Order: sequence, then structure tokens, then C-alpha cells
Amino acid sequence: MPRPMTITEKLLAAHAGLDEVVPGQLIECALDLVLANDVTAPIAIREFRRIGVDAVFDPGKIALVPDHYTPNKDIKSAEQAKIVREFAREFGISHYYEIGCMGVEHALLPEQGVVGPGDVIIGADSHTCTYGALGAFATGVGSTDAAAGMATGTAWFKVPSSIRFEITGELRPWVGGKDIILHIIGMIGVDGALYQSMEFTGETIERLGMDDRFTICNMAIEAGGKSGIIAFDETTRAYVEGRAERPWTVYASDPDAEYARVIRIDASEIEPTVAFPHLPSNTRPVREARHVEVDQVVIGSCTNGRIEDLRIAAGILKGRKVDPRVRLIVIPATQAIWKQAMHEGLFDVFVDAGGAVSTPTCGPCLGGHMGILAAGERALATTNRNFVGRMGDPTSEVYLASPAVAAATAVAGHIALPEDLA
Amino acid sequence: MRFEGTAHRYGRDVDTDVIIPARYLNTSDPAELAKHCMEDIDAGFVAKVKSGDIIVADENFGCGSSREHAPIAIKHAGVDVVIASSFARIFYRNAINTGLPIMESPEAARGIKDGDRVAVDADTGTITDLTTGEVYTAQPFPPFVKAIIERGGLIESVKDKVGT
Ligand code: SF4
Repeated sequence: MPRPMTITEKLLAAHAGLDEVVPGQLIECALDLVLANDVTAPIAIREFRRIGVDAVFDPGKIALVPDHYTPNKDIKSAEQAKIVREFAREFGISHYYEIGCMGVEHALLPEQGVVGPGDVIIGADSHTCTYGALGAFATGVGSTDAAAGMATGTAWFKVPSSIRFEITGELRPWVGGKDIILHIIGMIGVDGALYQSMEFTGETIERLGMDDRFTICNMAIEAGGKSGIIAFDETTRAYVEGRAERPWTVYASDPDAEYARVIRIDASEIEPTVAFPHLPSNTRPVREARHVEVDQVVIGSCTNGRIEDLRIAAGILKGRKVDPRVRLIVIPATQAIWKQAMHEGLFDVFVDAGGAVSTPTCGPCLGGHMGILAAGERALATTNRNFVGRMGDPTSEVYLASPAVAAATAVAGHIALPEDLA
Repeated sequence: MRFEGTAHRYGRDVDTDVIIPARYLNTSDPAELAKHCMEDIDAGFVAKVKSGDIIVADENFGCGSSREHAPIAIKHAGVDVVIASSFARIFYRNAINTGLPIMESPEAARGIKDGDRVAVDADTGTITDLTTGEVYTAQPFPPFVKAIIERGGLIESVKDKVGT
């Protein structure tokens, strides 16, 4: 009998061809998918060519998503995107997403069924941890790891220990996945889960839909985590059925698995939360942030640019106007989400309120384009990072919150709760 | 591997957005990236850093994005080694894979001051503050990781593996 293991240990052991693994062990795993984007792929491609192999390990198991500076922001970014496009053609990469079918990678790949439960995935993007919401082991790496992965279909890992978060109880009104994860990061800090896997369990998590689960796992990296994971259940099944392009495998933690820490959280104590500059861990309840006036509100990104996020924001903006001093920018994360939002009439709501709707892109989330901040300006965004200069000038500020708080803030002109609105 | 240089001291949670701001990520040219290294945390860094210098920082150095542009920018700005109390894990991996030596030593990170002359022996893990005479020991790399570094980075070790 192998030792009792966590879901993460089981997944890694299976992909390393071992019966069991222990935290700290160095292993080599077979990969189900290797991902890179228009920022990281050009370096990965350069390194891949240095290896000197004449084919990738499996053209069906590589995803290249130009999403950061696309549609091309300037000549330099056009050159980067071109490198990726030409590589995809040369090596027959089937999961290459051109303008017109692209989206923000971490919203796009689950939606397209390219990643699934039980997978081991590396991505040259730190928010690759998002796919843990499907019951997969997914972690961000650098371009060189991605290059080696594209050539060999393997990657080395140090088996992480796990922190189990047990969240129970009823959520308050307007509290969702974003508030849960901001609350956790505020509690443990930006290196609170350094080198570790964050396993989210408990009845509150079980009641959440997939969009909230993606938001939670997306921000595991903001606590320093190597991965975030939520075990497969009926909600996961309903999402992947008819969508996943490969058969999936279900893993679950043994009841007596060992954890580095177990953290219990009463969901009813979580308030709508906002992270102040310049760290995602610098959290406060929204009710203590009403004095903060903003110049811009961004609703989008791999954290909160999904259809449920847009529905929540539209529900609050319907029949209201954005404060004249605020610029509201809404960015559906993928083409499918964009189309769905259009059909549901959400664009009418955003535009009638005085907001702008963009084609899918990372855009302002990393200070790329489509909403850069000037010196001293302040934005509230549904994105995931508020580091110095993240959205523009080094003296600008980013506050992180949920789509509900973002919509209310756009109307109020200062950080606000939906119930503050007349 | 032995290094000697002047220490540039930073605090905790130095993130990849301040190491190399995203507005410069529309290129992957190392020389171009090096010109903007540490720009948003220390605008004068590029002007003062000399080849062979050392960055010293507190916990969680390199947190944030997976951009390999961060260790590349640091290396090409002339920095030979980064000493920190701890590193964010993707940065740790990227540094190993791209051949930027890094050393984890909370004691050294606490003791070394901005502007101190520091000597590092990466093989023994010994860090000497030449200004104060203080000697510190860093965590040695696990053998598996050491093998990647000695081979000159991940790509070289993959070449061995695939026989190219
Ligand atoms: S939306 Fe933001 S965090 Fe997500 S992949 Fe794009 S730049 Fe990164």
C-alpha cells in the first residue's frame, strides 16, 4: 500500500510513473500540456531552437496563445506575435489561437476543453495555476522550462507540501470567489504558501460554480503557491462533459493524507474585500475603503473576465450611469464569452451606462495597452496584481476587487459596495 | 564559481514588475531589457550597477509573473549573483534554468548593507561581507539542481538527454 497522499501528490506520482511521492522529492513528470503566450513564447522558441530537435514532443499538446499585447499593440509586439505564429505553423501546433478565436489564455484553455481533470500542465505564465480548479496540477514556469517541455514532454518538479483550506458556512451577499481568495492572501501573505500547493476544500467551495473556482485557483500564485487545486465533483463534471478533448482522470486526497497546515475559515466572516496598493495581501474590507476615489475601473482578465463576472457587473450597472470622472473598461476574456455577453444584452447595459467594451486581451492588466494609467491615477480592477507600475506609471495605483465591487465603484466614483448605490 | 562585487540592497517582495516592467516586455532582447532593470524600484540602478555586482534582498525575491525577462535583465545588467532570504519559486526555477546564480541565506540578507563589498563562493555556499568581515553560509543546492547549473542551464542538460 502506498502512503496516504494528497490529490497533488497522487497526480504527480502518476505522471512520474511512481507509486508514491513525498514532499521535497525531485521527480520528472510527463506533461499533458505545455503553454506559452506572446510574451513568453518568443524566448521559449529561441531556447527550443537551441536544443536542436526537429520536432516538438506532441503538436497536439502545446498551446500558444497570443493574448498579452494582442491585437498587436505596436511594431515590437507585432514582431513577437509573428514569431509565435510562424513557429505554430512550422511545427503544426494545433492549439494556436489567432485573433478572432483567441482569448486570455487561462479563461480560454478550460473553455476550449484543452485542459482537464487529472492533467499535469506547465505554462510559461504564472497564472497557469488557474486550471487547478478542474482538479489538475498546473503550475507556472519560465520560458526555458516551456522550451524543454516542448522538446521532451517532461518537466522536473520538487513535490510540494500542501496547505488544506477548509471553508465552511454561508457566504454573505456580494461575496464570491474573489473575496475568498483575497481574504486568504490577506491572511497568509504573498509568500504564505511559498513552494506549496493550496488545496481548497469544504462545503462552501463545493457550492461554488466553476467561474468562482477558477478565480480562486488563479490567485494561488499571489500567495506564492506553486499550485491551487479543487477536487473534481459534479460541478466539475458538468463543466468538462462535452468539452474536454481528452479523457480525464479523477484524483482525490486520502482522508489521512499529511498536510503542512490546515486552515479553517468560516465563510460567513468573509466580507467584500479590496486589496490596496502595492501587494495583493494588503487587504481591507470594502466598507473601510469608501474614501478612495478612482479614475478608472477595469472588469476583465484571467481572474474575473468570465461570463458570470460580466453578468454580476451588468446586474449592478443596469439602469445606472458610470460616474463622469470614471472610465469603465470591460474586457470579456474570450471570444465565446464576448459573444455570450452580446447575446444576453450585457453590452447594451455596459454601453448605456457609459462604459467601453473591448475585444479579448490582457491589455491593462499588466500595463500593456487598452487603459494605461497616467502618473498619480488610480484604478480599481478585477485583475490579480497591484504591484508598483502594474497598470502604467510607477506612481499610479491599482486596487483589486470583485466584479460586483468594480461595478458599484464605477457608478459611485469611489470604492463602494453595490448596496451603497441609490 | 566565485564572485566579488558591491551589494545593492532591497527589501522584501521585490516583484517581477519592478525588476522589469511589463511596458518593456514587447521585446526579448537581453540588452534592451537590461536597460530597464529595477527601473520602478530604483530608477538609478542601471547607472550605478557595475559588472560583477550583487543584489541582496529580503524574503520572496522575484514574486509575481513567470517572465524569464526578469533574471535575464538582472544578468545582462551585470549582476553576477542574487542573495535573498527566500525566492519566489518561479523566479528560483528561472534563475537556475537560465544560469543566474542565486543563494538563499536569511542571515546574509539581514547582515549585508547597501554598498558593502561581498565575496561569494557558490561551490561551498560561503558568503563573505568584506566590508564587515562577517561570514555567512547559504543553503547548498540539491545535487539535481546543481547538475543543471554546472551543465550551464536547462537547455544544455536537455541537449544531453535528447542527444543533439
Ligand atoms: S489577464 Fe493579466 S494576469 Fe491574466 S494572463 Fe493576462 S496579464 Fe497575466
